[in-house]
Amino acid sequence: MSYLFQFAVIAIISFIGEILHFLLPLPIPASIYGLVVLFVALCTKVIKLEQVEHAADFFLSIMPVFFVPAAVNLMTKWSVIKNNLIGLLITCIVSTILVMVVTGSVAQKLISKKEDEKNE
Amino acid sequence: MNDFLQTSAYFGLALTLLIFTFSQKGSKKFKFPLFNPILVSAAIIITILVTCDISYDTYATGADLIAKLLTPATICYAVPLYRQIEILKKNWITILISVTSGCIASILCVFVCSIAFKFTPEIYAALLPKSVTTAIGIGITEELGGIVPITVAVIIFTGIFGAAFAVNICRLFKITNPIAKGLAIGTSSHAMGTSKAIELGEIEGAMSGLAIVISGLMTVLLAQVASGWI
Repeated sequence: MSYLFQFAVIAIISFIGEILHFLLPLPIPASIYGLVVLFVALCTKVIKLEQVEHAADFFLSIMPVFFVPAAVNLMTKWSVIKNNLIGLLITCIVSTILVMVVTGSVAQKLISKKEDEKNE
Repeated sequence: MNDFLQTSAYFGLALTLLIFTFSQKGSKKFKFPLFNPILVSAAIIITILVTCDISYDTYATGADLIAKLLTPATICYAVPLYRQIEILKKNWITILISVTSGCIASILCVFVCSIAFKFTPEIYAALLPKSVTTAIGIGITEELGGIVPITVAVIIFTGIFGAAFAVNICRLFKITNPIAKGLAIGTSSHAMGTSKAIELGEIEGAMSGLAIVISGLMTVLLAQVASGWI
């Protein structure tokens, strides 16, 4: 499938995402509506994997570059960060450890429970 | 010169792409975790802008072209999610419950810390999506009216920290099952953690990749609920 066609499919879904964002009164970004729409379209075979695959892999592989402008914008928000630096760092470290431990422990408990049931 | 740059549609674009490619090459050479291509290119671009006395808005005129592509790029996360659909179907209860628990833990932790450190609502909103992938996190913060650059900074820091300490944390808290490890790493430290999970094994990598998208979607919903708390 040609690249241009694949980009067209993704552009159309982006537009559908924008429409949903405009119509529905929820604070959900257009990109999330689009993600769900594309996933459902793939699952229901309305869109075949080959029709978006290469363009999607391309976008995903260059993803980090899309965040550079927002990171450069730190220059205008530097004072806010400087005044809260210690608090922000502690929040990040504590919550990262906590999320990892909670997710991992819950998953592990569920898996061992499932295996116990199988063995009985 | 500055007047001309302000109207230039491509100055910011060219600068971003050029500096980013160099930073990416550099970060592959030095395997030091803080040498993150996004952070390094942002630091270099900021230095250039400040030294040449160019405002962020001037830079953004061209760089907005890149920022606009973030929506279609984020939509593409549906493709890896679809590729993993068999694993997703087989383990959906485990994945859904554990990832949701992790997202709730993240939001409660951010809430408690925000009260403890007296963060403003704009900072609180920027921190709510701190464990999810940057693409989804930026969208959440924009919708909630938070400070987007802070979201980007904390998400990158979270990713670097999570990837660096994932193995130690899992060992310390006796998380040994590969599925559990992958979900824990993906939910807490998104794509940067996932690159570490891929090194640990195939199951860890696949689960971590799934957790990125599922936790992102969950956080979109949960952050709405939590946004009014501060």
